[in-house]
Amino acid sequence: MKQVLIAVCAVTLLMAGCSRKSKQAVPLQATATGTAIVESSGGKQIGYAGMPLDQPVVVQVNDASGNGIAGAAVYFSGPSGVSFAPASALTDSSGQVTSAVALGQQAGRYKIMASTRDASRKTIELNLDEIALGYQQTVGAQLNAQYCVRCHDPESTPQRVSNMDNLSVKPHPFTEGDTLNKMSDADLVAIISHGGPALNKSPQMPPWGYTLSKGDIAALVSYIRAVADPPYEAGGLVYAQK
Amino acid sequence: MRNKLHALWRTFFGDSARAFGSASVILLLLLAIAPAKNYFSQWRHYQKQYLHLIRGRADAVTLERHFQGGIQQIWMPEQQVTDRCTTCHLGLKEASLADVSPVAFREHPVIPHKLTEFGCTTCHRGQGAATTVEEAHSATEQWEQPLLPAKYIEAGCGQCHLENQTGTPFLNQGRQLISSSGCTHCHTIKRADGTYIMPDDDPPSLKHIADKTTREWVYAWVKDPQAYASTATMPNYHLSDDDARDISAFILAQSTPLEPPLQPLKADAKAAADPAAGTTLYGQSFCASCHAMQNAAGMMVGGNVGPELTGIGTKAKPEWLQDWVANPDHYDPVTMMPHYRFDAQQVATLTGLLESKTEPDFLANVHLDNATPQQIEHGKRLVVENGCASCHEINGIKKPENFAPELSRIGSKPLNQLIFVEGVEHTLPGYVAGKVRNPRAFGPSLKMPQFKFTPQQIDAVTTALLALTDRAQSQPPTMRIASVQQSKYQPAGNAGQLMRDLRCLTCHMINGHGGDMAPDLTWEGTAVQHEWLTQFLKNPETLRPALIRRMPKFNLTDAEINTLADYMMTVYQTPEFDRDSLPVSQFGTAQVEQGRQLFYSKFACQSCHIADYKTDKGYIGPALAGTGKRFNAAWVYHWLKDPQALRPGTIEPNQHMTDDEARALTAFLMSLKSGGAQEAMKK
Repeated sequence: MKQVLIAVCAVTLLMAGCSRKSKQAVPLQATATGTAIVESSGGKQIGYAGMPLDQPVVVQVNDASGNGIAGAAVYFSGPSGVSFAPASALTDSSGQVTSAVALGQQAGRYKIMASTRDASRKTIELNLDEIALGYQQTVGAQLNAQYCVRCHDPESTPQRVSNMDNLSVKPHPFTEGDTLNKMSDADLVAIISHGGPALNKSPQMPPWGYTLSKGDIAALVSYIRAVADPPYEAGGLVYAQK
Repeated sequence: MRNKLHALWRTFFGDSARAFGSASVILLLLLAIAPAKNYFSQWRHYQKQYLHLIRGRADAVTLERHFQGGIQQIWMPEQQVTDRCTTCHLGLKEASLADVSPVAFREHPVIPHKLTEFGCTTCHRGQGAATTVEEAHSATEQWEQPLLPAKYIEAGCGQCHLENQTGTPFLNQGRQLISSSGCTHCHTIKRADGTYIMPDDDPPSLKHIADKTTREWVYAWVKDPQAYASTATMPNYHLSDDDARDISAFILAQSTPLEPPLQPLKADAKAAADPAAGTTLYGQSFCASCHAMQNAAGMMVGGNVGPELTGIGTKAKPEWLQDWVANPDHYDPVTMMPHYRFDAQQVATLTGLLESKTEPDFLANVHLDNATPQQIEHGKRLVVENGCASCHEINGIKKPENFAPELSRIGSKPLNQLIFVEGVEHTLPGYVAGKVRNPRAFGPSLKMPQFKFTPQQIDAVTTALLALTDRAQSQPPTMRIASVQQSKYQPAGNAGQLMRDLRCLTCHMINGHGGDMAPDLTWEGTAVQHEWLTQFLKNPETLRPALIRRMPKFNLTDAEINTLADYMMTVYQTPEFDRDSLPVSQFGTAQVEQGRQLFYSKFACQSCHIADYKTDKGYIGPALAGTGKRFNAAWVYHWLKDPQALRPGTIEPNQHMTDDEARALTAFLMSLKSGGAQEAMKK
C-alpha cells in the first residue's frame, strides 16, 4: 500500500516537473468575422536587427464587399525573436488593427503573419515581409543615404530633390531586385569601384573606388542585397515561422 | 520490509571484508562524480551537437579541421577579457554556417573587428568565463551584467569610439540628443578621453525677461512648453498652477531692464506691417534656414537652429521684436542669430510680420493677480529646488554645481544602487530606458523633468548612456578613438569683429570651429577670386539649385565688404599650393575643347553639375556655369585631382584623373564665364 502511495506521488511529481508552463493567453471574444485580411501599411519596411520598426503594422479585416469590419479578432505571429505589441486585438471601428513590431536579433528578412477567422472558423492569413539590417548593411544604408540615393532613389522631396530625372540613362533603384539580383557580387563591386564604363555602361555612374574603401563598397553591396525586391536568394536569409 | 533491509545490510556490510569492499565502491563512485559532471556538461553537449551538424555538410572536412574540442578561451588581461564563449559558439568564423540552425553555431555577422582581438563580452557583456548557457547569458546573484539586448548593441562600439561612426546610427543619434536636449546642463558626463559632453541647446538668459515677454506667457510656458511650440526643447516639469504662478512671479521680479533700454515701437511700424511684404522679406532673408514656422496647412517648415516662430507674436513684446530684429546682440550678446543690418523700413516690416504670428489660445485662460511677496519668495525656492539656473541665467541665483548625478559610468551602475519601480524591467538597460521615458514614474518628488522623446529616441539615448561604462574608463588609452572637439578658432581684427557680428560661424566651419549648414571656408581664399567674393557678399546668388537653405543677404557697406573679402583672401589659404600657380593664359583652345569632351562624355559631369543652363540639368553639385569668374584655376585643378583632400567628406567622387585630363577639364571649366542662375533665366 505504502509503495503504491510512494509510486503515485513520484509519478505526480515527475509529471508536474516535466509539464511545460503554458502561458494562458486571454482568448479574444470576436464580435464579428470578415472574409479577407489586407495590409493597410507597415509592410516591407527596412528596420534594424533587434530594433522596433519605425512604423507600426496596420492590417484591415474586410467583409465580402471590401468594407472594414469592426470587432474581428486579429492575431500576429512571426519567427522567434519577433515581438508584437499587441500580439492580438479586435479591429477598431474602421476595421483596422495597429501593432508595433520589433524584429529579431538576426539580420535578414522576416516573414510575419496576421490572421483572422471567417464565419466558418477557417483561418485567413496575410503575410508581410520586413527587413532587418545588420551591422554591415547599416553601414551600407548610411553610405547609400550619403552618396547614392540622390540619383538612385526616384522619390523627390523638397529637402532632398532626386536627380534621377536629370540623367539620360536612369539608374536602378536598389530595391529593383529583378535587375540587380541577376548581377554577381563581383560585378556590383566592379561597377561601384570603377564606374559604369567598367561594365560597358553609362559613365553617368562615376567610379567610387578612389573615394570609398573596399569595406565600404562591400557594405553597400550587402545593403543592396538586403533590400532587393524580390528578395536576393543567394545571400539573403529568410526567417519564416518554424 | 524491515527484514529485507536487514538482509541487504548484511549482504554488503556483514563482515569487515564486505564492509571494506562496499566502502571502496562507494568511495570510487563519489570520486567519479567530478569527471562525470564534466563529461555531461552543457558545453560538451553543444560541441557534440556541432560535430553532428557539420558532419552532414559538404564542407565537413574543412569545418572539422577548424574544430577544436575542449574549453576555448580568449584571454586578454589588460582588456579585462576572459571569454569562453567560443567553447559553444563554434561556427563564429565559418562563412558557410551563416544561416544554420541553431543560431548558436552561426557565423558572426560581418563587423570591422576580429573576435580574437576584442573578445565577445567587450561588446555583448555577459559573463565571459562561464561555461553554462544560463550563467554566461543571464544575470545571476554573483554577476549583474547579462547580455546586452541587441537593440542597444551599439553601446558596445561607443566604449572605445568616442567619435561618431558610420555604422552606429543610434549611438550617434543618442549622443546628439544628449547634447541637444541639454542633459549635461545638470548631469556631468566625462568621456574616457577626459573631455566632457557639452550641451548645445543654448537656453536663453532670463536676466531681462520682462523686456521680452509677459508674466502670463512665462506662466503658461513653464506649465507646458510643448503647448506653445511642439518643437520646444524645454522639458515639462509637471508644475501645479500655484507653483507655475510663483515661479513666473519670481522670474519676472528678478528681471532688470536692458541697458540701454528698449526703444518704444516706431509709430510707422503698424502702418508698415504689410503682410505680403513681411512674408517676402522673411523668405529673402532665409529666416527659414534656422527658424521653423507652421504654415497654413499645419506643416512645420524651416530649420531647427533657432526657436520655432509659429506663435512668436503671443510670446514676444512688439518693442522687443523691433529691437531684436534690428540687432540681436543688444538683448543677447552670445546669440547665434546674425546682425542682418536691416534698414528701418525692413525692421518695421519684419516686426509687423512676427507680431501677426500669434496663438491666442495659448494665453486664453491665464489670469494672474499681482504677485505677493510670499509668492515671490516661494517662487525663488522652487527655482532653486528645480535647478532652473542650471540652464538659464537668472539674476540673483547661482548656477548650481553637480545638480544631478554624474553619468560618466552609468553603463556599469550596480543594480543594488538603483531603485526599481513597478513596470520597469529589473536590468540596467530597463532602468535607464525607464528613467529617460518617464522620470517621474520613479517617484513624484523626483526633480528630473519629462522630456518629449519618441520610443526610438529613448532607445537611442539609452544606447548612448549604456556606452558610458567602467570598461570604457579603465581600458588602455591605445584602445580609444578620441572624440573630435571643435576648436576655439575665432577670426581676428576688424574683419573678425565683423564676422562675429554676422555670425558667420553659425553656418560656416572655419579652422575646425563652426556650423555645418554651409560650406567650410577654411581655404576659401585659395578657392575663389577676389572680385567674385566681393560680388557674392554684396548679393549672394544661388550656387546650388537644389538647396533650400541659402546664404542670406546682409546689408553690408562697400567698406565692410572689402574688409571681409581682403581678410578671407589673405588668411584662408591652403599651405598645399599657390592659388596663382596655374595661370589661365596657358590654356589653349584645343585644351578647352578636350576638356569639354571629357566633361560631357568620359566623366559625364553634367549628371550632377550645370555647365550650360540651356542643356544641362544636373543639380547635385554647384552650378559650374560661372566657374571662370568664381574660382582660381589651381584650385579647380587640385579639386579635380582629389576632392576629399581639399574638403573631407564632400560627396564628389575622386575620379582618378590623369594630370592631362585634370588640366584639360580645368581649362574648359575656367572658360565658363556666364552669370548665376537668375541671370541665365532672364536670357
